[in-house]
Amino acid sequence: MISATLLGQSVLSGLFSGCLYALLGLGLTLSWRYLRIINLAHFALIFLAAYIAYWMNSAYGFHPLLTCLAMIPAFFALGVAQQLLFIRFKVGEFASVIVTFGLTIIVESLIQWIWSADFVRMETHLARGSLEIGKLLAPWDELFMCAVAISVCVATWACLNFTWLGKALRASLDNPDIAASFGVPNRALALLVSGAAASFAAIGGVFVALLYTLTPSSIYSWFGVVLATVLLGGLGSPLGAIAAGLLIGVGEAMTMAVVAPSWAPIAPFTLLILILVLWPERI
Amino acid sequence: MASGIGDRAGVTRRESLALASGLALTASGLGAARAQTSGAPVRVGGTLALTGPLAQTGAIHKVVGEIFIAQANKAGGMMGRPIEWVLLDDQSKPDLARTLYERLITVDKVDLLMGPYATANILSAIAVAQRFNKVLVHHTFGIPKLANYDKHFPAWPLGAEPEKTMPAAVYDALASAGKAPKTVAIVTSKFPSVQFIAAGAREVAKQRGITEALYLEFEFGNRDFGPIAARVREANADLLFMGAIGLEASQLLEALDKLNYQPKNHYYVYPTPGPLAASPLGANALAATAYEDLAPLNSSPTAQEFSKLFHAAATSAKLPYAEPDTQAGTSYAAWQMLTQAVNATKSLDDDAIAKYLKTNGADTIVGKYSFGGSNNYGPDLMKVKQVQGGAWNIVWPKETATPGKAIVAK
Repeated sequence: MISATLLGQSVLSGLFSGCLYALLGLGLTLSWRYLRIINLAHFALIFLAAYIAYWMNSAYGFHPLLTCLAMIPAFFALGVAQQLLFIRFKVGEFASVIVTFGLTIIVESLIQWIWSADFVRMETHLARGSLEIGKLLAPWDELFMCAVAISVCVATWACLNFTWLGKALRASLDNPDIAASFGVPNRALALLVSGAAASFAAIGGVFVALLYTLTPSSIYSWFGVVLATVLLGGLGSPLGAIAAGLLIGVGEAMTMAVVAPSWAPIAPFTLLILILVLWPERI
Repeated sequence: MASGIGDRAGVTRRESLALASGLALTASGLGAARAQTSGAPVRVGGTLALTGPLAQTGAIHKVVGEIFIAQANKAGGMMGRPIEWVLLDDQSKPDLARTLYERLITVDKVDLLMGPYATANILSAIAVAQRFNKVLVHHTFGIPKLANYDKHFPAWPLGAEPEKTMPAAVYDALASAGKAPKTVAIVTSKFPSVQFIAAGAREVAKQRGITEALYLEFEFGNRDFGPIAARVREANADLLFMGAIGLEASQLLEALDKLNYQPKNHYYVYPTPGPLAASPLGANALAATAYEDLAPLNSSPTAQEFSKLFHAAATSAKLPYAEPDTQAGTSYAAWQMLTQAVNATKSLDDDAIAKYLKTNGADTIVGKYSFGGSNNYGPDLMKVKQVQGGAWNIVWPKETATPGKAIVAK
């Protein structure tokens, strides 16, 4: 007999995982939708940010959130540079998979060269302990991550839907020539989206460093679940990413609690296949 | 010296390693016994997981191999000839390991083979070695019953039935402190070399009348340990026995800590030792070991010198945990085995080397190996270690325990 506490705790755990999936997928969904770039290097940027946060903390005692603030503009510039290269070499949607996978391998090798292949862990006392909700426990660090993930996704959604920038992006996506004739700077917008996506990778990376032990090769362990979140949530949809992340996270956690942990990886892809079959126009 | 496409060690690191090795040899008085090597090098081919998910442990074996070869080449190499390590990167992939071992034999035409890291990759290499009738000494094979080639020689000293002996050692160790577990929660990764140990722990528990409060399997690479931790907390067993490899032990402990739960007694099969020892959550954690830089295991001059060199080289290679443990010790033992056999037989003939090892075994820093048992496995040399005061100590069997240390049980 499964207890209510176990179920409740598992749901909480799934909600936390889901928020992280959404945060990690946000930049990816934007670049896929608005730039037509399937940017697998987004995962590499997340881990590069995570390792930088770890290094700044362990070597110089920098607070991870200060490191995050410093990395946002730096990663924005990195994203802009990446997009300039894609424009220069006319990288299309499908070619981008190969190109960005290659970039991922290069960044992984760079990380391994600098920080070794061994495990590293950021030791910080930031937000340790848990909030007690009856018999349930919600770790403060994960609550904080959720608050940031939801805030960033909602702010991005609001920006896309209620500002000139969002309208310009949609216009540029529908018909770049006509949009340009109305004064929409297509190239600048593309650079902005790429920069913003890389900045989101920096934010996500800091939380990966806060919550997980790092190894260079663990970059790849996030591919499946985050891509499933992006597809399930609908390309370019920040709120969709949150909803899909929560659905997948809770789905995985409940599978672990009720069935068996070894079945959990099946959950996101089962959901994805179901959506593809029942609601193909969603993708 | 390592060479080949998989070798990512820079000249600087090799030079610093040679310097460190030379300094240590001089300091320990072995410099006087230095013998010149001459002639064509003896080429020993092998792969390691230098990239991919097993790279963090592959890096340890690379460091150890470089240490051993630097030392050996100062002490006469193999038959007076220098040793050259042709090292390739198998990217943690068994299929690639198989291809690379074929290449080492047929294209690179190496004289001898040294095994790769990790059970699946070793199994691939054994198949190739068998096809070409080559001796394969290897350091980390985890499932003895699968290795039935008569010229494979394991340095991971599990004995023939670790699925029985390893759990029994844990239950015995706790019982010796008057805390024989009445209930056990068994949680295991599906990584093959720990999953079968966990399955064995179920059987041994049943035989001893220990109630199984929980049995869970999870995929290797699992990230979210929250729901697993919730189930472990709910089971609240006397002993948490985890078929853990790598970081899984630390990940589960962190998830348990977030639920304000600490297991009463906890054992992990092959955890990454550094994070567990460094974290307060690892207090009293138990694990398997074959070698530590602790008395009585490090009492020989060879072991002391190796430990000193490993500290320096691991630090230079930026490994966060620079203590030599089971991985490093058995890796060194594998090189000792091969070198002893070649020097004793004065031959690179695989049949002669295999016959020597079967007859004489090998003396290593891990202990005396013999290969007369089932599938060339000899006595079980594994021990139980425990985190006490932020460091690992050997606590079982009593005769090999770190002096002054005994198991802490609740």
